[in-house]
Amino acid sequence: MAIADVKEYTHLSSEEVEELGRELDQIRQDIEESRCDADAAYINRLIKVQRGLAAAGRVTLFASRWRPAWVAGTAMLGVAKILENMEIGHNVMHGQWDWMNDPEIHSSTWEWDTAQPAEQWKHSHNYVHHQFTNVLGHDNDIGYGILRMAREQKWHPANLGQPVYNALLATLFQWGVALHDLDIEAIRKMEKDPEVMKKQLAQIGRKVRRQVGKDYVIFPLLTGPAWRSTMSANMTANLMRNLWSYMIIFCGHFPDGALHFSEEEIEDETRAEWYLRQMLGSANFTGGPLLHVMSGNLGYQIEHHLFPDLPSNRYAEISDRVRPLCEKYGIPYTTGPLHRQYGQALRTIMKLSLPNRMTKADRPDGPHGPEVQRGRLSDAERQQKRRELGGWSSRASA
Amino acid sequence: MVAERISWESVRRVGSRITTPLSPDDYLRLVNPLWTSRELRGRIEEVVRETDDAATIVIRPGWGWHYDHKPGQYVGIGIQVDGKFHWRSYSVSSPPRRSGGTIAITVRAMPEGFLSEHLVSGLEPGTILRLAKPQGDFVLPDPPPARMLFLVGGSGITPVMAMLRTLHRRGSLPDVRLVYSSTTEERMIFRDELRSLAEEHDGFSLHEQYTDSDGVLSFPDDLEQLCPDWRERETYACGPAPMLDACEEAFEAAGLEERLHLERFSLDLGGDGAEGGTLTFSNTNKSYDADGAETVLEAGEAAGVGMPYGCRMGICHTCTLTLVEGTVRDLRSGEELSGPNERIQTCVTALAGDCTLDI
Repeated sequence: MAIADVKEYTHLSSEEVEELGRELDQIRQDIEESRCDADAAYINRLIKVQRGLAAAGRVTLFASRWRPAWVAGTAMLGVAKILENMEIGHNVMHGQWDWMNDPEIHSSTWEWDTAQPAEQWKHSHNYVHHQFTNVLGHDNDIGYGILRMAREQKWHPANLGQPVYNALLATLFQWGVALHDLDIEAIRKMEKDPEVMKKQLAQIGRKVRRQVGKDYVIFPLLTGPAWRSTMSANMTANLMRNLWSYMIIFCGHFPDGALHFSEEEIEDETRAEWYLRQMLGSANFTGGPLLHVMSGNLGYQIEHHLFPDLPSNRYAEISDRVRPLCEKYGIPYTTGPLHRQYGQALRTIMKLSLPNRMTKADRPDGPHGPEVQRGRLSDAERQQKRRELGGWSSRASA
Repeated sequence: MVAERISWESVRRVGSRITTPLSPDDYLRLVNPLWTSRELRGRIEEVVRETDDAATIVIRPGWGWHYDHKPGQYVGIGIQVDGKFHWRSYSVSSPPRRSGGTIAITVRAMPEGFLSEHLVSGLEPGTILRLAKPQGDFVLPDPPPARMLFLVGGSGITPVMAMLRTLHRRGSLPDVRLVYSSTTEERMIFRDELRSLAEEHDGFSLHEQYTDSDGVLSFPDDLEQLCPDWRERETYACGPAPMLDACEEAFEAAGLEERLHLERFSLDLGGDGAEGGTLTFSNTNKSYDADGAETVLEAGEAAGVGMPYGCRMGICHTCTLTLVEGTVRDLRSGEELSGPNERIQTCVTALAGDCTLDI
């Protein structure tokens, strides 16, 4: 069942929800006030390590005809790409580091090492996904328009291919992400503003040319006789990044404990109710510090969704305060080891490739609600954006 | 020179094909923090104590810096304190050089100025800071006037020092009179250097006024005493606001305001303001009615939009945003800037009609 009212679902009174909101606001304020040198040093150090790894990987690949150099170079480059996309790019573009006033580490100027232009990411992710998290018909990240991930999404025979689409999406993740903000369905139905589409396509084209040129033309050419092994190394590094980021991202909202909402929920939703929806709609995973850094601290997905623009290195500390709050108010706090969380997501992908009547629901929110419309909303049909989600430039000036 | 610069640009463009989406400078700066021209940077080479509460900071600028400041101009300095960059502007006290080397600023720790305090006593050589291009009209004309009077109070000596050093380096100081007020002798920045300049050059004379013991100068009475021919001189005044106000009054009374050149250390958004209008934020579709005296930055903050900001005085360009449509007026110069896609400094511009801002 998609939740139509978070208050009712959690059996909390309006006063209790508002009190919870105030406690969460207090956490935000405490973290904002305690941002300091150590935080700045963290992101600067991470950027240094990431660029160092990327450079070392690229240089090592000049010797990539020698197998151990291929392995070492690929590993370094793959890890560098993962760090850049997850812990650096994603978080910088949320504005987590804007408070430093550093024009070189700022959401308005950052461009990341993947095919999707930063600007389109900031729209599809910072705004559409973070504001409308898990609201059926509003959040395009429920299955990304490719997979059926909620029982309320209408089944179609094409969904039988989900196991295959899923494997393709994992392998080609950066290309899926690159096209995400375009809204292919609207283009197919000829509903897309041609002006906006032209701009977006030009942006993507420019970015893709540079990205592909770097990994598959220029570096192989530079390495001369090692061109073939350099190309395969670069392809492998990109694949590593694709598979890893796909898996981490699928653990954010697709495990069973991450609940869905119907659009009644976001009507007149207060800030505190928005907080509550973020907590109910997100899932964490457990692991050591290295795992969290490699996954952009998205193992703290709940904390990230509550405070998308607070520095990611503080999420662990924030979770120490959020978890007791969940206990105090009797709100579920979904977490578990990575393999279990991903396993649940995978099971949903498989099950929902079939019509509802052939499978049983795994979610704790019980039987499913009414079917939701296919297709996406335009920005004009959406609510105004919340400030804390991080900026994006307008469509018109894109 | 031009050919060299063009070739560097093309090297960088080619290099960026392999570093995309970053620029080669983003990697080079990890080897040496000064090897980047993406943002102007400098490294502190030396902190020289001038008095108990003032120090000269010698900075080696990184790539992209042109050593072409005019004597008397100021630069923006951005320092990271508690992880956050803060900006202030300081007069360059070193004379301009043709090539290479360093620039120096001289800073007095102000009781309420946490950044100046930090600059004077908290900075280690090797610290990397951000720089903004030299600016300001309080400059030594070229060629310099034959007869000059400098009226200086406290740390207002810094731009004047750059002028005097330039004249000295060229080998000849023309007829220059310096009237320099300081609370006490100990707090007088550059006093030894000024005294030796006065000994060396016949044309240069110095009056030291210790205001704690001798009182504050009164205009124009004391001026008649200290520099009887002040009416015939080009006068450059820099110091605390009350001193400058008194000075301005005296020159106006004498009908000589054209001969007086002032440097005020605070931002003067005198201008005529602008018409005001409705400011719309394209990101959120929020809008706000701004009056013409409010800066775009203030309007954005009042509307609850998370505006980027830095120095709040038009120096550091941190606050720069894109104007999607409409016209704003630069409150410093009165210049009008119109969209679409005009990059504006929100801290020194106000609305001249309805505008849409890309944030």
